[in-house]
Amino acid sequence: MTTELDATPGRAATAPLVEVDGLAVTFPGAGSGDGGVRAVDGLSFTLAPGRALGIVGESGSGKSTVAAALLDLHRGTGARVAGTVRVGGLDVLAAPEPQLRRLRGGTAAMVFQDPLSSLDPYYAVGDQIAEVYRVHRPDASRREARARAVAALDRVGIADAARRARSRPHEFSGGMRQRALIAMALVCEPRLVIADEPTTALDVTVQAQILDLLHELREGTGMGLILVTHDLGVVAGSVDEVLVMRAGRAVEQGPVGEVLSAPAAGYTQQLLAAVPRVDAVREPRPAAAVRAAPDEPPLLEASGLRREFVRRGARTRAVEDVSLTVRPGETLGLVGESGSGKTTVGRMLVRLLGPTAGTVRYRGRDLGALGERALRPLRGELQMVFQDPVSSLNPRRSIGESVADPLRAAGELDDAGVVRRAKELLERVGLDPAWYHRYPHEFSGGQRQRVGIARALAPSPRLLVCDEPVSALDVTTQAQVLDLLGELRRELGLSMIFIAHDLAVVRAVSDRVAVMRAGRIVEEGPVDTVYERPEHPYTKGLLAAVPVLDPRVAGDMRRVRSAA
Amino acid sequence: MTGYVLRRLGGALIVLFLLSALVYLLFYVAPGDPAKLACGPRCNAEQIRQVRGQLGLNEPLLTQYLHFLQGLVTGRDYSTGTGVLHCDAPCFGLSYQNDQPVTELLAARLPVTASLAWGAMVLWLLLGVGTGLLSALRRGGLTERVLTVFTLTGSATPVFITGLLLLMVFCAYLQWLPFPSYVPLSEDPEQWAWNLLLPWTALALLESAKYARLTRSSTLETLAEDHIRTFRAYGVRERTVIGRHALRGALPPVIALNAIDLGTMFGGAMLTETLFGLPGLGQLLVHSVRTVDLPVVVGTVLGIGTAVVLANAVADVLYALADRRVTLT
Repeated sequence: MTTELDATPGRAATAPLVEVDGLAVTFPGAGSGDGGVRAVDGLSFTLAPGRALGIVGESGSGKSTVAAALLDLHRGTGARVAGTVRVGGLDVLAAPEPQLRRLRGGTAAMVFQDPLSSLDPYYAVGDQIAEVYRVHRPDASRREARARAVAALDRVGIADAARRARSRPHEFSGGMRQRALIAMALVCEPRLVIADEPTTALDVTVQAQILDLLHELREGTGMGLILVTHDLGVVAGSVDEVLVMRAGRAVEQGPVGEVLSAPAAGYTQQLLAAVPRVDAVREPRPAAAVRAAPDEPPLLEASGLRREFVRRGARTRAVEDVSLTVRPGETLGLVGESGSGKTTVGRMLVRLLGPTAGTVRYRGRDLGALGERALRPLRGELQMVFQDPVSSLNPRRSIGESVADPLRAAGELDDAGVVRRAKELLERVGLDPAWYHRYPHEFSGGQRQRVGIARALAPSPRLLVCDEPVSALDVTTQAQVLDLLGELRRELGLSMIFIAHDLAVVRAVSDRVAVMRAGRIVEEGPVDTVYERPEHPYTKGLLAAVPVLDPRVAGDMRRVRSAA
Repeated sequence: MTGYVLRRLGGALIVLFLLSALVYLLFYVAPGDPAKLACGPRCNAEQIRQVRGQLGLNEPLLTQYLHFLQGLVTGRDYSTGTGVLHCDAPCFGLSYQNDQPVTELLAARLPVTASLAWGAMVLWLLLGVGTGLLSALRRGGLTERVLTVFTLTGSATPVFITGLLLLMVFCAYLQWLPFPSYVPLSEDPEQWAWNLLLPWTALALLESAKYARLTRSSTLETLAEDHIRTFRAYGVRERTVIGRHALRGALPPVIALNAIDLGTMFGGAMLTETLFGLPGLGQLLVHSVRTVDLPVVVGTVLGIGTAVVLANAVADVLYALADRRVTLT
C-alpha cells in the first residue's frame, strides 16, 4: 500500500507495465482556433505490474481519452497523439498494426462503460467472448474458445454460465452485461485491465459487486488495473494510486490514502468537498424553524397507491401499496435502485400517471376524483423536475421560450409580462437573463438542469417532485444544483419530493426518507434515524454498498460484504 | 407468435375483401362494354344482348358481386349455350374473352412473374448491398462518388428506357443475347436464365440505388456504435469488424425493405414484362383492363394484392428474426 511506484527498486527486474510520458491528445475541432481541442496535455505516469491506478476527473477532463490512448484507439480517427506510451514494453503509438492488435485484448484489455451498447446486440454473449479469444489464440478450436468463454463468464459470477453464454446482450441485466464485458477482458489473461467508468450506469449494490469482483480478480491473477472514473468513492477501495485530472492535466498524483485524506491540490480539495457524504450528519438548517408543526394538515397525502402495467398480456406491478405524506415546507427523499418504482410513484403524485388503485390527496382534495378541467389550476402547484436535462428540454426552442411556455399556458400575463417573468426565473436559478434566446445545446448539463428547474418554478408551484435531478451531473455541478434547490426551498417555502438512487445525495437534502424496493416502501422515517439505525435488512444492504472515501473503511466494508 | 400470425392473416383477408369490392365498383364506373368487346366487332345488337345475358351482366351490381364471392367459396357453374362449364372453388370466374377459368390463367402466368421477380431481386441485392457497403467503407472518396452517380442514374432512368437501351445494345447491336422470350425453368434452365438476364438487369438497375443508399447509411450508423469500438479495442481485424459486426447490424432494414419490394414486383413489373414480351401477371393485367375483362382483372388484382400483403407480413417476421430484440405483437 505504501510502495511508491517511482521509487520501486530494481527497475530493470520489474519494468513498469505502463509508462506514459508527455502524452498529449488533440482532437481536430471547429471554433477552437488553429490547434483543435487539446483533450490531454502533457500527462505522465507509470504503473508497476500488479498495481492499480485510479484516474479521476470530471466529465471533459480527458480521462477517457487517456484510457483510449493506452491502446492507441485514437489511431485513424484524426486525433493527434504526441508523447510516448509503453504498455508491457511495447511502444504503443509507434507499433505496427499487427503488434498493436496483439496488444489490444492480449496484453491489455479494456472494459468499456455503458454495458448496454458495448456488446454487439446480434450475437450471443458467449460467442462474442469466444471471438475475442480466437483473435488472440488463432490455433484454438471453436469448441475450445467457447469453453473458455463459458469459463470466463463463470469466473465473473454469471450463474449457469454455460446456458447464459448463449443469451444475447438484451437478455442480460445491466450488471450482468458489465460482468460479461469484464469476462471478455479476462478471457485472454491480460497483464493489464483498463476499466473506463465500469460502474457508472449501475445501482450501488451492483456497483459494489463489480468493484469487489475487480479487486478479487486482481488479487487472484496479479494483473494491473487502471480504473477511470468520476467517482472518488469508487477509487477509494479499489486502487493503490490516484491521479486527479483536470482539463487534460494531472493536478495531483499519489497513494490513494494520502490523496483522499490530505489532498494537496486545491482542485482535489474542492472535489472532495463536493462529494455528498452518506455518513455526514446534516448541519441543522435554518429552514427547520419555519418547518410546519406535525399537527398541521399534510400538503400531499398518498394512500394505498398501486400501479400496474400490462405488457404482452402479462401484468407487472410497478408499485404496490405505497402510502406517504408530505407536510408544507418539508422534503421527502425517495430512494431505491433502478426498477424499484420510485419514478412511477413520483409521476402518480403529480398525476402525470393515474394510479391503478389508491388515492392522492392534495390539500385535502382527491386528485383522482377531479376532472381534467378541475385539475388544471392545481397542475401548476404540482411541478416536476426531470432527470435528463438533455431530453426533457425541446432542442428546437430557446431556453427562455421553454420557461415561458407554462406561463403562457396559464394565460394570466400579457406577452411582455411573460418574457419579463421568464427572465426573472432564469436569473433566479443563476442563469444570465440575456441567454433567453439561446438553445439547450449551447449549455452544459448543470445549466440545462437549471433551465429545467426554472421551468418547473414558472407556475409558482407549492410542491416540486424532483426525479433524479442531479444524477447526470458531475460532483461539483451536482453540489451547485443541490445548493440551488435548498435555497429555493428556504426562500419560497417549497415542499419537495426528492427521488434519487444516490443515498448520499438524498441524505444531504431530505428531512424524511422512504426506501423503496420492488414497488413497496420497506422503511420510512426521519433521515438521520434511517441512515444511522436502519431497521430493514434491505436498507442495511444498500448502506453497506455505498462507496466511502476512506480506503481503510472501504477495505473493511469489502471484507464485511465478502463474509456476508 | 401464433397469435401474431393469425391476427396478420385476418387483417390480410379484410384487405383483400375490400380490394375485390373496390375493383368491382371501379369496373362499373369505367367506360367500355365488356359484352361488345367479348362478342367481337361483327356482332349485331341482338347477339350482344345475348352475350350480356350469358355473362350475367344484366344482374344488379350487388348480385354479381355476391355471385363472385359465392364462387370463391363453393365454385360456380356457367352455361356456355351448348353445355355447362364447372369452375372449381376457389373460382374467380371465367374470362369474358375466351371462357378460360381465371385461376388457370393466373397459374400459367405466375411462374413468369415469379422468375422475373426473384432473379431481379438477387441481382439488385448483389448490386445494391455491394455498392452500399463499398461506399460506406470508402466514404468521401472517389469510389463513393462514382458509385453514387452510377446507382442514381440507374434509379432515375425509367425502366422502358434502360430496357430499350439494353435490348438495342446487347440483342440488336452486339447480338450477345437473344431477344427475350420466356422459356420455362423446368424445360431448359440455361435458356431460362439467358432469356431473363436483360429484364433482370433492367429491374435491378432501377431498384439497386435504394438498397445502396440504405446499406450505406445503416452500415455507417452501425460503425459509429459503441460495440464496434469494443471489437476494435480487442484487436479484431477491421475486415472482420465490418463483415461480421457492422454489416450484420446494417442488414435488418435491408431485409425488411427487400421483402416488401419483392411483393410489389409481382404487380409492379408490368412495364418490364410488356417491354420484354414476357407473359407475366403484369402483362395479363394490362391486357385484361384494356378488354374490360372483369373476372381476369379482379383475379389478377387479388393475386397481386395477396403477394403484397404477404410480403409485408414476411418483412415483419424477417425483421424480428434478424433483430431478436424486436418482439411481434
